[in-house]
Amino acid sequence: MTVEVAKHRELGLTDSEFDLIVAKLGREPNDVELAMFSLLWSEHCAYKHSRKLLRRLPTEGERVVMGPGENAGAVAVGNGYAVAFKVESHNHPSAVEPFQGAATGVGGILRDVFALGARPIAILDSLRFGELDSVRSRHLLDGAVRGIGHYGNSIGVATVGGEIYFEAPYEHNCLVNAMCVGLAKTGDMVRAAAAGVGNAVVLMGASTGRDGIGGASVLASAELGDGDEAKRPTVQIGDPFEESKVLECCLELLAKGLLVSLQDLGAAGLTSSAAEMASAGGVGIDLDVARVPLREADMEPFEVMVSESQERMLAVVEPARVAEVLAVCEKWQTGGAEIGTITDNGLVRVRRGEEIVGEMPVEALVDGCPLYDLSPAAPEGWIYGNRATLASGVSAEEELLALLASPSIASKRWAFEQYDSVVGSRTARRPESADAAVLALPESGNAIAVSIDGNGRRVACDPYNGTVEAVLECAQNLACVGAEPLGLTNCLNFGNPEKPAPAWQLDRAVSGLADACTALGVPVVGGNVSLYNEGPDGPIYPTPVVGMVGELPDPARVAGSAFVEAGDAIGLVGPFAPVLAGSELAKQRGELEAGLPAPEVEAVASACAIVRDAVRAGRLACAHDVSDGGLACALAESAIGAGLGCRVDLQPLRDRGCSPEEALFGEGSGGFLVSGDRAALEALGATYLGEVGGTTIEIAAGDRSIALGLADAEHAWHSLPAQAERDGT
Amino acid sequence: MIWGVLQFPGSCDERDALHACALASGEARLIWHEDRDLGGVDAVVVPGGFSYGDYLRAGAIARFSPAMEAVAEFAAAGGPVLGICNGFQVLCEAALLPGALLLNKNKRFTCRQVELLVDGPISPPIGDLSAHRPGVTLSIPAKHGEGRYYAPEEVLDELEARGQVAYRYAPGHNFNGSARDIAGVSNEAGNVVGLMPHPEHAVDPLTGSTDGLRVFEAVAAAGARA
Repeated sequence: MTVEVAKHRELGLTDSEFDLIVAKLGREPNDVELAMFSLLWSEHCAYKHSRKLLRRLPTEGERVVMGPGENAGAVAVGNGYAVAFKVESHNHPSAVEPFQGAATGVGGILRDVFALGARPIAILDSLRFGELDSVRSRHLLDGAVRGIGHYGNSIGVATVGGEIYFEAPYEHNCLVNAMCVGLAKTGDMVRAAAAGVGNAVVLMGASTGRDGIGGASVLASAELGDGDEAKRPTVQIGDPFEESKVLECCLELLAKGLLVSLQDLGAAGLTSSAAEMASAGGVGIDLDVARVPLREADMEPFEVMVSESQERMLAVVEPARVAEVLAVCEKWQTGGAEIGTITDNGLVRVRRGEEIVGEMPVEALVDGCPLYDLSPAAPEGWIYGNRATLASGVSAEEELLALLASPSIASKRWAFEQYDSVVGSRTARRPESADAAVLALPESGNAIAVSIDGNGRRVACDPYNGTVEAVLECAQNLACVGAEPLGLTNCLNFGNPEKPAPAWQLDRAVSGLADACTALGVPVVGGNVSLYNEGPDGPIYPTPVVGMVGELPDPARVAGSAFVEAGDAIGLVGPFAPVLAGSELAKQRGELEAGLPAPEVEAVASACAIVRDAVRAGRLACAHDVSDGGLACALAESAIGAGLGCRVDLQPLRDRGCSPEEALFGEGSGGFLVSGDRAALEALGATYLGEVGGTTIEIAAGDRSIALGLADAEHAWHSLPAQAERDGT
Repeated sequence: MIWGVLQFPGSCDERDALHACALASGEARLIWHEDRDLGGVDAVVVPGGFSYGDYLRAGAIARFSPAMEAVAEFAAAGGPVLGICNGFQVLCEAALLPGALLLNKNKRFTCRQVELLVDGPISPPIGDLSAHRPGVTLSIPAKHGEGRYYAPEEVLDELEARGQVAYRYAPGHNFNGSARDIAGVSNEAGNVVGLMPHPEHAVDPLTGSTDGLRVFEAVAAAGARA
């Protein structure tokens, strides 16, 4: 055994992968090459345990402008404009250092979107923490929310939506997924593929330091565990001011037509950006590390190549335009340096001045990593345990109060008030006022709606059906504001794929995602995979986070999720067949077990179309997807939002075979709570439940009937600040 | 009526301010922070955002920009100047307005729709439009981490005595802990006004309110008379 063998293992490569690298090079790699291979062959960059599964996803559609493989996906929204969007994880950095981890997660996804030439117009985020009674979870929540706010607020992109769940399996491995949406003139968009032999390679933005070295391989592609403190230096430090300058600089360069191609520097820094640009363009690339502006003069070539310093972009520029490009960088007071050349030799060649310090075929680096088949095996039953927090035999009112106060269901105002949701002056529906965020697009004369969803607990109960539900919930949220889905992005957060149970969860979830998207006709235009999300107690809940973008013609007609007027009729639309399996109530009772019923996808799609058309026609006063906590919680949310009570009878659900508890608190896809004129509701085929009015939430459900004062419900629903800040701030 | 909206590295709300100015009256153009010449504009907006990253202290670096030197001269000659959020912080740092903006009482960046009361009597020209006279309530979003207005007690007494309190948070809306509920102030002459909430984000019923237009119209009225 040579010293290098130990080193490659330390960098996360297996012995057989190392042997394959030796075979491809015809020699042993030097330190620079080994560092670069270890990053590009990491799970984070090579998707070696997931790429085969992802081939199941439908990616084509007539509105698709850019699909998987680009920095972000994009769909046409009309009048020559496209909307670019992508969701990405920053889980492990956030688990180690939540403020900077979350901040740089936002910074990274913003760069993916403006790398296409799109101006970012919205951020959404999907967060998962352990239960809020844990000090660690409160610390991570506070840090992540502050970090997201710090970056998004400072750069002036509105954070318009998101979701937060608190579940014990995320205790040691929180999830921070950030989604960005951008707007571009389709004709001005640019791809990442390098082109034009002899063209210059220009590095823009921040200088390169020693931060984030090994982030992709050491941090993102292995389980968390003991010694995570020592990994803190692998977390990058964000500077939103620098990113703001780079963003404006890049958009100005693209508007002036000065760039051939553009790519952001994310995981694996210069190594991944340069190799992927060269691979996409079928060319080679020569880089000189001596020309990279550095924060510390004595950095080794491998450190320059793998640094994950933030706020950097790599561009290919025609030689005659380099001076103009550098002048725009100067104007925006951001860095710009010509560091290399596009070649025709198919090699990534790294120089330090005249000395060649690394030379590898692009193909071996980018496509050479072996792709692995999983060895999935379904676990026996429920593997995550149960913890009862709600005594049995309590009244239905107490159950409703406990659900409304559950931090996963309670109002997230505490979090979203820390985000600027109005900058850009296009936020037509702010957080919590409707089921999806709505952004006006005066440029194309219409609007988009955006939603992000993924209930890990339900996916844990049933990876296939739970993932189908996540896609359906997104589609239902869009329908509530009158939007038709255009495209979907996803972030697959799972445990260690080399273990049978997480492998099975991943396999089943990807099938569910593929089938649901195919059934709804929604293409998957991009996404991200985050594996090895495990703590000492085992894997996280399998958590596919789904982000969906839809289009609507007139944002002025959007229905909100709150009731509007006393006397309005309340109805239920859709094939809602609630069960307690996998519900928030089952969790609180400590009765979780494996298995969920299969959603009726076609019937849900039809219900979405009915609600969408009714909203567009202005026939509904309110439309709200029935989700966590069931119909009782949906009714309470619509009532609290309006400051109006309601009186309903759930007998129609009893007639469909539901028990009183299932009717009140059961969960499942396909339920829309709507209000408005009774005749209009009945014309849609809505089931009449009751009326808006009074100051009490009155729900008749046989022997479990509820009469709860609005003020009590509101108090419970707004209890998140007290729970989150119990340590003081 | 031509508006000039300053643009610093790190400005966030300058394009929205440009749009709001144009909606309120006339045309609007951006003024780059390195320009010493305001190009003959009739009114200036120092917009919101995080100029120079708000490093050192919010607004502390922007006040030294060439464009701010020009704004100081423009203000001294009686030209109307409106500072919004970071712009208010910049004007305070530049000593064109009294007081300072400190970390919010809740120590968190907070984004919330607030109700503002137009205070008075502030000196003409700003404030005598019927839709913007003392006592009128405006619904406008506020979003900042450092918006707690502070000035020594004796200065606050002077400001009130001279009618330099331009806007106050309505009861229950002072989330940042500002002294005497002050949301915005003017200079002694009344031609320089700064406020923390963002009138440029309240110019379209679709995004929540059109009350912000009243603020721009009041400044425009001042510009027309200057």
